Amino acid sequence: MNAHRLLLAKPWIWSFAATAAVWIITVLFTGGASSLGLSQAALTFAAFSVVVGIGQMFVITLGPGNIDLSVPATMTLSGTLALKLMDVQDSMILVGLILSVGLGSIIGLGNYALIKLLRIPPIIATLSMSFIVQSTAIWANRGLRIKPPEMLASFTTSSLFGIPNVALVALILSAVAWLLLEKTIYGRWISAVGQSMPAARMAGIPVDGTRLVTYILCAVLASLCGYLLASFSGGAALNMGTEYLLMSIAVVVIGGTAVAGGNSNIPGIWGASLFMFLVVSMLNTYGFGAGFRLILTGLIIIAVILVAGGRRSTR
Amino acid sequence: MTADPMKNEVVAARGIKVAFGAVKALDGVDLVIQAGECVGLVGHNGAGKSTIVNVINGGLSPQEGVVSYGGKTGAHGISAARANGVRCVFQELSLCPNLTVNENVRIMHPDLKGWDWRSRALALVKRQLQDIFPGHLIDCDSTVDDLSIAERQMVEIAISFAGLGAPPKLVILDEPTSSLDAGLAAQMMAYIRRFVAGGGAVLLISHILGEILSTADRIVVMKDGRVVADRQASEMNSRSLVEAMGNVVREQEYLRSAAARSGSPVLSMPPRRGRGLAFEAHRGEIVGLAGLGGHGQTEALLDLYLSRNSNWWPGRGGELAFVAGDRGLNGTFPLWSILKNLSIASLQDLSSRMLIDNARESRLGLGWKNRIEIRTPDLENRILSLSGGNQQKVLFARALATTARTVLMDDPMRGVDIGTKQEVYQILRSEAASGRTFIWYSTEMDEIRLCDRVYVFREGAIVAELTGDEITEKNVLAASFSAGEAA
Repeated sequence: MNAHRLLLAKPWIWSFAATAAVWIITVLFTGGASSLGLSQAALTFAAFSVVVGIGQMFVITLGPGNIDLSVPATMTLSGTLALKLMDVQDSMILVGLILSVGLGSIIGLGNYALIKLLRIPPIIATLSMSFIVQSTAIWANRGLRIKPPEMLASFTTSSLFGIPNVALVALILSAVAWLLLEKTIYGRWISAVGQSMPAARMAGIPVDGTRLVTYILCAVLASLCGYLLASFSGGAALNMGTEYLLMSIAVVVIGGTAVAGGNSNIPGIWGASLFMFLVVSMLNTYGFGAGFRLILTGLIIIAVILVAGGRRSTR
Repeated sequence: MTADPMKNEVVAARGIKVAFGAVKALDGVDLVIQAGECVGLVGHNGAGKSTIVNVINGGLSPQEGVVSYGGKTGAHGISAARANGVRCVFQELSLCPNLTVNENVRIMHPDLKGWDWRSRALALVKRQLQDIFPGHLIDCDSTVDDLSIAERQMVEIAISFAGLGAPPKLVILDEPTSSLDAGLAAQMMAYIRRFVAGGGAVLLISHILGEILSTADRIVVMKDGRVVADRQASEMNSRSLVEAMGNVVREQEYLRSAAARSGSPVLSMPPRRGRGLAFEAHRGEIVGLAGLGGHGQTEALLDLYLSRNSNWWPGRGGELAFVAGDRGLNGTFPLWSILKNLSIASLQDLSSRMLIDNARESRLGLGWKNRIEIRTPDLENRILSLSGGNQQKVLFARALATTARTVLMDDPMRGVDIGTKQEVYQILRSEAASGRTFIWYSTEMDEIRLCDRVYVFREGAIVAELTGDEITEKNVLAASFSAGEAA
């Protein structure tokens, strides 16, 4: 009974259990030779999903209909422009970072301006914003692949005590996000807005202000992720954000955040991000093609939503 | 009355009892409507008018009693009622706004089928509109969205009276003139007389007593789920009607705070919709908003609140707090614990250095749990684990726990048991004595009588201000019902 209640109270346990299972299966298949490398790769790639996933989770917490589809385009533009501005100079790393955060703020502001002023549903507003942002990235990039500054590139690809640096960055960001959600007034507010906008308004919560800050936060995190990913992979590419559209939403859902809003879950995002990467590498080791991998990814997401939905209704 | 009353009966509801939980909405009501008569139905809010209408039109099954159509019992339900020629025009307009007028006709008249039903529907509604409202200017090919509120009401009335083959036997009109001007209302009433003279029956619900008195043959007065008067209209006048609706017993006296109105008002609002009186509230006052439900009291409260609370920036402690009446709509946060629901409006006072102090939050919660006796073993339980009355207490505690000087209350006692009410009244009194101001919309006369001063609302505007001993059920009713001609 107690264990049962623990599971209900901590839905993220599921994603970690699944992660552990997939990890063991993969390692067994390769005869244990790859366990360290696999873990490091999983942490590295999961880190990027975690960073965008946290932003998306804040937005989804705002309630039904709230979603940010401009995440991939924001990542691409941020990576492209930051690398272009830094121009391989180590002294410009901080300037590039500031540019990337500023860019995210502007995109987030633009997203909410579209939602609020033109009364467009978030799914359409952020999608249109994503076209603008992606086109800007194409125009700015012109097919050139600029290398990141040496220092930044080595930072993103190396590890500290065996843990990849990008994973440490993601861990710090997660800790800040957890604090924000659990301990601050802002965290209470987004949860309240996600449960009932009229009730939140009548409890004295500045609903529009809260939503605006949340959309900006999401875009800034996507921007930051683009900056790191471009530096990690040795240059920005126009399609670098593509897979993070599905990924950012999938990790939120698999991680146990309520799709209907009001309830969020940061540990779950880690479990889900690791799980998603490990599933792909497991299918790779078994030699399945890209098409089959995508089908399976979709099926997994559907299965998780089914299971999570069932759990909710029995409460 | 004819020799065989059963033969002329259109609808008869006998001994109807309906209860929603502990609330008795109807407590043994008899309502018989004969062919060829117009019955006026009046009563205060919550008297059970809508409930009996819903029983008659088949939308609601009574727990006790029988409903018979044309003398035959057995069949009940919306389709049985429709099959027996019962039609209903509701106060809330029930047309589909995205369809055209003739398509809406088709929805109400399923017999309009086959080739070219559109033009037949068009002809039907055009003829009927011309019949009821001669000289109207409604384009029956436009979508309902493009019509004004009055035009929609006219179309809905016309659709309900229109008969394909057989005309309806009974038309129930719930506040049919609420959005019509005086000229259209007069046409409507004249049509009702013609319809009744032709052998049809009408059940007319209106808060405009003049209309009822001039149009109805017989007037039924309801109060607290019972029929308290059922007389010929010729025997009644507006004074005797108001008295029949009101409380006959001598009202109890309440101790009102003698707080002299001092200084400038803490809250004020210009006359609403450019009509009626301006609103003012002073420190330590309990100001009541009275009148029939849905006459702009909730809107006035929301306007007061929203105009003083930014949607973009956090308020500075907030000067206003709000207690919701419709808990599900703008009160509770269903995923949260009782404690979080209670503390949400006072988080700024509970946090230091940007972080919420959980220990202070629990202390606040425990303090209020004891003070207004929220019946739960643990404040960490979910809010929905509480009964409705206890949820309402949490919402009260949420507002009272803030530092707000003024508390707005939107009919917060709906569905709350009498014991809880008494506890809350006590708290309100003591809080008001210590300088808090309460703006209290209530549909219950007992609560209105607790107020120091009362504004009576009608059609969105404040029409009367009552102070001290003037606050009686009779005065409030007289002001809520426009005395004579159609408004």
